[in-house]
Amino acid sequence: MASDRIFGLITLITAVAYIAAATQIQTNFFSGEFLPKLFPLLIGAVAAICSLVLVFKPDPDPEWPASRTFVSMGIAVFVLAVYAVMLSPLGFLLPTMFAAGILSFQISLRIGPAILSGLGLAVGLFVLFKYALGLGNIVAYRIPTVEKLWNAITVLIPFVGH
Amino acid sequence: MDILSNLALGFTVALSPYTLFLAVCGCFLGTIIGALPGLGPSNGVAILIPITFTLGLDATSALVLMTSVYYGAMYGGRISSILLNIPGDEPALMTTLDGYPMAKAGRAGDALVLSGVASFVGALLATIGLMFLAPSLARVAFLFGPAEYFALYLLAFCTLGGMASNNQAKAALAACIGLGIAMIGVDQSSGLPRLTGGNLHLFDGIDFLVAIVGLFAIAELFFFIESHGKGSSIGVVLDKVRIPWKDIWHTKWTMLRSSGVGFVAGILPGAGASLGSFLAYMTEKSIAGDKGGFGTGVPKGIAAPEAGNNAAAGGALVPMLTLGVPGSGTTAVLLALLMTLNITPGPTLFTERPEVVWGLIASLLIANVVLLLMNVPMVKIFVKVLMVPAWILLPGVTMISFVGIFSLSGSYFDLLLMIGFGVLGYFLRKLDIPTVPVILGILLGGNMEDALRRAMTLSDGDVTYLFSSPIAIGLWVAAVLGFVAPMFLRGVLKKPQAVSD
Repeated sequence: MASDRIFGLITLITAVAYIAAATQIQTNFFSGEFLPKLFPLLIGAVAAICSLVLVFKPDPDPEWPASRTFVSMGIAVFVLAVYAVMLSPLGFLLPTMFAAGILSFQISLRIGPAILSGLGLAVGLFVLFKYALGLGNIVAYRIPTVEKLWNAITVLIPFVGH
Repeated sequence: MDILSNLALGFTVALSPYTLFLAVCGCFLGTIIGALPGLGPSNGVAILIPITFTLGLDATSALVLMTSVYYGAMYGGRISSILLNIPGDEPALMTTLDGYPMAKAGRAGDALVLSGVASFVGALLATIGLMFLAPSLARVAFLFGPAEYFALYLLAFCTLGGMASNNQAKAALAACIGLGIAMIGVDQSSGLPRLTGGNLHLFDGIDFLVAIVGLFAIAELFFFIESHGKGSSIGVVLDKVRIPWKDIWHTKWTMLRSSGVGFVAGILPGAGASLGSFLAYMTEKSIAGDKGGFGTGVPKGIAAPEAGNNAAAGGALVPMLTLGVPGSGTTAVLLALLMTLNITPGPTLFTERPEVVWGLIASLLIANVVLLLMNVPMVKIFVKVLMVPAWILLPGVTMISFVGIFSLSGSYFDLLLMIGFGVLGYFLRKLDIPTVPVILGILLGGNMEDALRRAMTLSDGDVTYLFSSPIAIGLWVAAVLGFVAPMFLRGVLKKPQAVSD
């Protein structure tokens, strides 16, 4: 019950914000005054109605995992985000090793297999991508400058990055 | 004899040694992808699209490769359905109902071979149906103006929401999320950005591949972190695999009937393969009656949903190719593939690029035969794939997804967006909100809006123009019925739940 209500409320607020943003869409002579806004406004309206239905007629709650699991999923998201910004300045091998290892540990909760899959996946996938498939923009490793690392990290900090 | 000459054209395109090689590779890879627990046809194909794209294959080769992967994944999906009781995707749920009990009764090999043959029959008949039906539907599609197209897109979302989900409001909301995301980016007519919040990365819009891979593959990772990969070990033994001629002969009418039912269900835009396997199973169950023993591991209970499922997958290609409206999650991914290759499905595709359409149809037929030949003797090899532990599989899939998306644009922004879609996908699936309408919304949002805008421009803003032709009215009625009717039928047509141990 509560989960659907909360989700409905979130989507309702998003829908209202979406409608508000849609009314502000810039138009010019070529597009006409109203046409670029029409469809976004319709979508926002339908979404708002559906959200209201969810708020007033919610389904039973799903089985949510323990809060500990949410922490570990949060860690996974963080690891993936760092991986995403480090792939370019550090090259493929090092970030993949760490990211794959940590994710593997989170699934199996064992150190040995985690190290094994981190090393194995980093090397194995690199060989696969670079030599078997010939993907161009995969680089084994890069030695980054401090500035580049800092730039990459600031991406993840709201309002500092770009 | 138009069809034969067209088919000959298709085979000249698809039957070169190189494309045959690609078809065999694709079938093999696809079967493995389908068999891996947690990797269904949709996410398997989705992950491979960016990589195929960067490989620089030409359109026909890429199409042959990916359709083989797609068909292979459908074949492979039944391996995990039957042996693990884990359906790889929604339509495979019906196969677990009789497949898993049969495997537990010591007939795992028979169940696998029988379902392989049923898949073959379903897919073959559907491909033949596609050859006959698609060109004539393409001719009808020329009558479609913007009003009809708008109604058609609406129909796709309505039937998808109505039939494939448990809650209408949630399905509609999912479609709105997708459509809303599709609006982001530079507006084509004015050249001004819309709803980007001033973020330069969003000016190009959000690539549907980023969304598909995030919603399907990255979300799966979170589910495995939640469950720690439990429940993916084999509980049944597979001994010598023989061909159960008796069962195959015994289920011939079941296969034919189910193929027909599945094909028709697949043609309905939006309804797709889930409906096909469901209807096929239910039809056979009611024909067999109580004495049929459906649900206890009877051959007919395996043949029916597998033939129906694969026939629906073929049927779903009819609206996808002729109208550009996919009928299921996996065809949505295939549509994404075509759009990545710069091929726009629609009625003109048949006249302007016949080599693509008939090449595709020919490669479907080839993939089908290759799969049948490959699956019966090699099923034991594919079963070994199930032994791959989750702690190496899921990180591997995640890393492949990252590299695929990274090689598309080389931008960290798409990767972060993909993670965001993964989180969204996790919560949506937890809350029983279907993710396929989101994908479909992102894919079709631009076209749907375009249809509406052209209709409004043509009619000078007159809303009644949307209901001005018989075809449009028919589509609107079908859309409303498809959305509303399942609410009342839900009590009658109850979805069977998966068997538990």
